[in-house]
Amino acid sequence: MGMSVDKETVLKIASLSRIKISDAQADTLLPELNNILGWVEQLGEVDCEGVEPTTAVIANQLRLREDAVVDGLTGGGIREQILANAPAREEGFFGVPKVIE
Amino acid sequence: MADITELSIKAIRDGIVSGDFTAVETAAAFNARVAAAKDLNAFIVKTPDIAVDQAKAVDAAKADGKPLGKMAGVPIGMKDLFCTQGVQTTAASHILEGFIPTYESSVSGNLWASGAVMLGKLNLDQFAMGSSNETSYFGNVISPWRKSGSDAALAPGGSSGGSSTAVAARLCPGATGTDTGGSIRQPAAFTGITGIKPTYGRCSRWGVVAFASSLDQAGPMAHDVRDCAIMLEAMAGFDPKDSTSLNAPVPDWEVALNSDLNGKRVGIPKEYHMDGMDAEISALWDKGRDMLRDAGAEIVDISLPHTKYALPAYYIIAPAEASSNLARYDGVRYGQRDLPDGAGLQEMYAETRAAGFGDEVKRRIMIGTYVLSAGFYDAYYTQAQKVRTLIRRDFDTAFEQCDVILAPTTPTAAFELGEKSDDPLAMYLNDVFAVPASLAGLPAMSVPAGINSDGLPLGLQIIGPAMDEQSVLNAGLAIEERAGFTAKPEEWWT
Amino acid sequence: MTDYRIEGTTGAWEVVIGLEVHAQITSHSKLFSGSSTEFGNEPNTQVSLIDAAMPGMLPVPNMECIRQAVRTGLAINAQINTFSRFDRKNYFYADLPQGYQISQLYHPIVGEGVIEVQLDEKDPDSERRRIGVERIHIEQDAGKLMHDQHPTMSYVDLNRCGVALMEIVSMPDMRSPAEAGAYVKKLRSILRYVGSCDGNMEQGSMRADVNVSVRKPGGELGTRTETKNVNSIRFLQQVIEYEARRQVDLIEDGGEVVQETRLFDAEKQETRSMRSKEDAHDYRYFPDPDLLPVELEDGFIDECRASLPELPDAKRARYENELGVSAYNAAVLTADKETADWFEHMLAAGAPAKAASNWLLSELFGALNKRDKTLAQSPVSPQQAAELLALVADGTISGKIAKDVFEIMLETGQAPADIVQEQGLTQQSDTGAIEAVIADVLANNADKVAEYKGGKDRLFGFFVGQTMKAMQGKANPQVVNELLKRALNQ
Repeated sequence: MGMSVDKETVLKIASLSRIKISDAQADTLLPELNNILGWVEQLGEVDCEGVEPTTAVIANQLRLREDAVVDGLTGGGIREQILANAPAREEGFFGVPKVIE
Repeated sequence: MADITELSIKAIRDGIVSGDFTAVETAAAFNARVAAAKDLNAFIVKTPDIAVDQAKAVDAAKADGKPLGKMAGVPIGMKDLFCTQGVQTTAASHILEGFIPTYESSVSGNLWASGAVMLGKLNLDQFAMGSSNETSYFGNVISPWRKSGSDAALAPGGSSGGSSTAVAARLCPGATGTDTGGSIRQPAAFTGITGIKPTYGRCSRWGVVAFASSLDQAGPMAHDVRDCAIMLEAMAGFDPKDSTSLNAPVPDWEVALNSDLNGKRVGIPKEYHMDGMDAEISALWDKGRDMLRDAGAEIVDISLPHTKYALPAYYIIAPAEASSNLARYDGVRYGQRDLPDGAGLQEMYAETRAAGFGDEVKRRIMIGTYVLSAGFYDAYYTQAQKVRTLIRRDFDTAFEQCDVILAPTTPTAAFELGEKSDDPLAMYLNDVFAVPASLAGLPAMSVPAGINSDGLPLGLQIIGPAMDEQSVLNAGLAIEERAGFTAKPEEWWT
Repeated sequence: MTDYRIEGTTGAWEVVIGLEVHAQITSHSKLFSGSSTEFGNEPNTQVSLIDAAMPGMLPVPNMECIRQAVRTGLAINAQINTFSRFDRKNYFYADLPQGYQISQLYHPIVGEGVIEVQLDEKDPDSERRRIGVERIHIEQDAGKLMHDQHPTMSYVDLNRCGVALMEIVSMPDMRSPAEAGAYVKKLRSILRYVGSCDGNMEQGSMRADVNVSVRKPGGELGTRTETKNVNSIRFLQQVIEYEARRQVDLIEDGGEVVQETRLFDAEKQETRSMRSKEDAHDYRYFPDPDLLPVELEDGFIDECRASLPELPDAKRARYENELGVSAYNAAVLTADKETADWFEHMLAAGAPAKAASNWLLSELFGALNKRDKTLAQSPVSPQQAAELLALVADGTISGKIAKDVFEIMLETGQAPADIVQEQGLTQQSDTGAIEAVIADVLANNADKVAEYKGGKDRLFGFFVGQTMKAMQGKANPQVVNELLKRALNQ
């Protein structure tokens, strides 16, 4: 299975997770993460030859929904609700720092 | 009026239905106890006015001769993981501080529709990640229990620590919890109350802040098995808005409660005997076995060979799902936003999430991100899901030889706050007995069965086959009737 | 076209092209929620709590989207996978509220298929190539960002967020801009025939990601770049030309092609690297735990198959082999379902196939192009067109007069028979009347008659012209010809 992570990897994971961490925080996280990862590695001992990964926890069938437009929470026409908790709303839009593509 | 707060859910409901007292009186009584219990920090938000308004509606319905619901007039605490319309919902995180949902979760909506009234939103481990309620942005919850001769603050268990504390301290007769890896059962055991995690899919997840989608399940926490049965009936049911919801009718669990276990077989899993296990818990387990035998059950030794791999598998699967479920907390559409001067979009994400998430949440997101990342996905995630299949198969095989399984709920009694918070891994080991049933999606319950030498409650766990909450409840009732658990925490907090 | 090469300083380079086409599925509501998929409404008015990724929200799949994907797969003779799953593709962007897109990586709903293209539609003998399709999967579309509404903020509109897309991934089988263009045209045509996507590239309901790499013929595959969201066939071809040239120049200058995502600048006609997506993407795909696997029954697939219309290739073959339409006409008529339908309505109204196909492609298209109208906007209906052709076939009017009648039909939308009636355009076939006029013409042009009899055959046209003029063009030309010949040979 995997190896232990180094500080550079910790910083990379933090970046991938979009969580800013300082150098000091990375130093603290490193042994914590390695401890946990080292412990979960024992899963590698289990012989899973021919075993399918779990795809459904309890036997169930995927229900398919009728193709209908509905009003309200699972439909639309609720702009006020959608924007109600927005940190920045402008003229019916969500506002975010300008992105340059 | 102090009497009402000693009553069970059933007694309160029946009392209101027969007119012995009103819903408003009941709400007022519990509101008062909630208000006096600030030191427990069980509530993030108290909603006494809402409780009274809802209670008035119940009284009005009664006066009009309308039929009353299963939970008519019963005041409950709502774990702050359930979105409640018009009432702040935070998941105990700073990142959702100030978030007021415009919608009601299906489960909480079911409870209001059944006549229950809301005392407030209960504290919890942040995003349901924890086993001691020490990761909440809004401060630790303090257990109402104390060790004999000590006033050290104890953990109420987690993540549903506010729920377990509120029920144990009689701030409410019942509370909702959620259980992903033991978060109903473990706090119930720590605080001497009863809690059940139903079959996966029994309760809708719509409107419940998601932690680990394939594991999260809502469930009731109350003083006894009958109360849990009543409350679970009110909570459960098929929801077409949740694709993982079970399309099956809700059985009449309460009416069918039967503690006569003649003809039933109880399995004792040998792998749950762990080295260095707390001797008092081991002894209680034996006692539990005797109680069930006394109720007419045959005791059978069974094996769940992959038990030791359940916790590591859980700590791959749950963080993986969580890392993805929590990606939506980004400061764009709701919750807190951290935008330093001149910061761009991606920087805003990184700052917002750094400031908004607690340490345990960050740890788990990072573990989850790592185990899903390129090069590690097969080794970690796929392997864990395969082990999960094996764990499920262990139970399927075991249930050919027994009807329910008896096990401890936790490896220890409640520990002191701060005792285990230095080592995340030590904290995870709290869930060793609870996690297997979570991975397999099986109904499992904890009932208070004894008191240890420190005067702290100990619980026992019943696990049943999928869809068979009845057998679990029945076996739980058999223990409850014989355990004679009457201990109460001394009220030091008022 | 397969000999398309980029000439470099070290020799000729071959271009390898793969296309990932994103096609919005035609459905009333979104893939996982009940919001409308309509285009062009007020921002954030077609957004549910699920689309906005509010806490606790869950996806419920739309049956019609699954159905359309299966129908599309069947139309390209692809394998339909009875077991497929939805997977989460995790990344952070403002148009992606969940922080992940629900897509299908590990088990797509449609497997390998093939699309046959003709490199030059106008030349039925031009090369036909079979372009492989690797898979089709279903996924959510993202929202829209607008960057020019505010000095320091971008605006987010989630109306489009969650609309169902089919991602149609080709094999890297194309070797030239022409092939790529032909592939997209054919694919678009198939989608419109099936009705699973309207193929409107300007509106964005169909767009392409263009993967380009270069190599020396016979050599190993080079590193490819991906240019995203190209929304016209012309741009697509420009992207290929530009990228291939850029990569060849880069390699020959000693550089290496970096595997990266690029954007096409239509104004400058060049591609450039996307600054906002620098880090190599690790999307951490895993099966979406909020959804169960999609398991299709044979009955469902059979129904999908039965619901398919006659597809372009089959239709073209039928037009050629059964209706006797020319190969070229058949190709042009069937390229777009709308045109084929229009043609078939003419046939249903009684028009003969060959004449109808010729008339439609030259007369109707000519007239519509001049007026800058689409077929859908034609003032003339297929039934009216069929009537017009019938009036010529039964001799009521001549072909020449028919053109005039057609002009009037275009202006007024009137039925041809009515126009002929009102304008008195019925052609004269009465031999007696025509003979009389011919006699007059010959009598008044005796000198020319003499010249004609003396050998100037060309003057025949003059006599025809004079006769037609005298009869205001309404004489039946065949009858005039016959009678004039007779009269002059006397």
